[in-house]
Amino acid sequence: MARITAGVATSHVPAIGAALDHGKTKEDYWAPIFQGYEFSQQWLAGEKPDVIFLVYNDHASAFDMKLIPTFAIGCGEQFGIADEGWGPRPVPDVTGHPDLAWHISQSVIQQDFDLTIINEMKVDHGLTVPLSLMYGQPDAWPVQVIPFAVNVVLYPAPSGRRCYEIGKAIRRAVDSFDEDLNVQIWGTGGMSHQLQGPRAGLINKQFDNDFLDRLVTDPDGLADIPHVEYMREAGSEGVELVMWLIMRGALDDNVHELHRFYHVPASNTAVGHLILKNSS
Amino acid sequence: MALEKPYKDIPGTTIFDSAKARQGYQLNQFFYSLMRAENRERFLADESAYLNEWNITDDQKQAILDRDYNRVIALGGNIYFFAKLFFTDEISFEIGASMMTGVSQKEYRNMMLAGGRPIDGNRYIEEQE
Repeated sequence: MARITAGVATSHVPAIGAALDHGKTKEDYWAPIFQGYEFSQQWLAGEKPDVIFLVYNDHASAFDMKLIPTFAIGCGEQFGIADEGWGPRPVPDVTGHPDLAWHISQSVIQQDFDLTIINEMKVDHGLTVPLSLMYGQPDAWPVQVIPFAVNVVLYPAPSGRRCYEIGKAIRRAVDSFDEDLNVQIWGTGGMSHQLQGPRAGLINKQFDNDFLDRLVTDPDGLADIPHVEYMREAGSEGVELVMWLIMRGALDDNVHELHRFYHVPASNTAVGHLILKNSS
Repeated sequence: MALEKPYKDIPGTTIFDSAKARQGYQLNQFFYSLMRAENRERFLADESAYLNEWNITDDQKQAILDRDYNRVIALGGNIYFFAKLFFTDEISFEIGASMMTGVSQKEYRNMMLAGGRPIDGNRYIEEQE
């Protein structure tokens, strides 16, 4: 049967993608960030997951104001790369896993979480920057990816509690899929950052490091943080961190922390990264 | 009973809630149109003419022409939508953010390299009065 073996949390800052695409990874500003993922790339090459269930948010790329789904799952065969305003990133298209995605859709909706189904869409930096950080620059992504888009653009995003609980539902769905698949779940976005208004540039290292600690050891308590606390303490866009709780909800209660990385800044943002391995 | 909006006392911050989304629908659809290369070209060739194709207010048009992003926010703009105009102008998110904070890109970058804008003193509007 399919099983979730590990979870990855990572920021998905667009400037990181631009630095990679323009060959700036050795520059003083960017080098420490890419060094923080060297262990991760080696680890992932050894793990060779078949499928990544990739939790991210669309940044007004696939979804405009006409239609704003709270939770949307990509069930298509293939997902192209969005032109976010400067031309599409030069990365391979993303191959889905429709059989597993549809299975998860049916299971999770039957567990009372209403999902929007997507058959055709393009994916933006929220999904491709984490792939680039973890896989580098291959000609084709060596994994199938199920995009799972969470609304964090229009307030309110789903609560941390709801994200944590939908993670548990996703876990049950994957566990009930017959095919033998090594599945990872990634939660992306964050950490502290504010992109807009006079308070732009806000960073809160204390909040971020407490969040990293508690995501490992106290996710159930962490799920109770209200939106306003994320926005006040971690910046208006720091609320993206609720997506990490989906990843954590899909893992065992007890996990092994294999890797942690934290760095300020990448453009406007604090970069955080964790690899968590299921103990079972 | 009124909706709770506990985020109203965060300084220098406008949360894009349902009221802002209602106010900014057409404005944000304009920004979204800049996802397409041919629209970026048409906009840059004659900004006013392109803006006049959209059902947005004169105040919103002026804020766009002025690249006054704090005003864009006040008039219903969402950061992820108006960032399309940063990219149309070929400026980075970092430059765009510096424009909203009223400092140069260099000062802004130095602030970020020094650890970012500190949280202390930036939690509540009342701390800044």
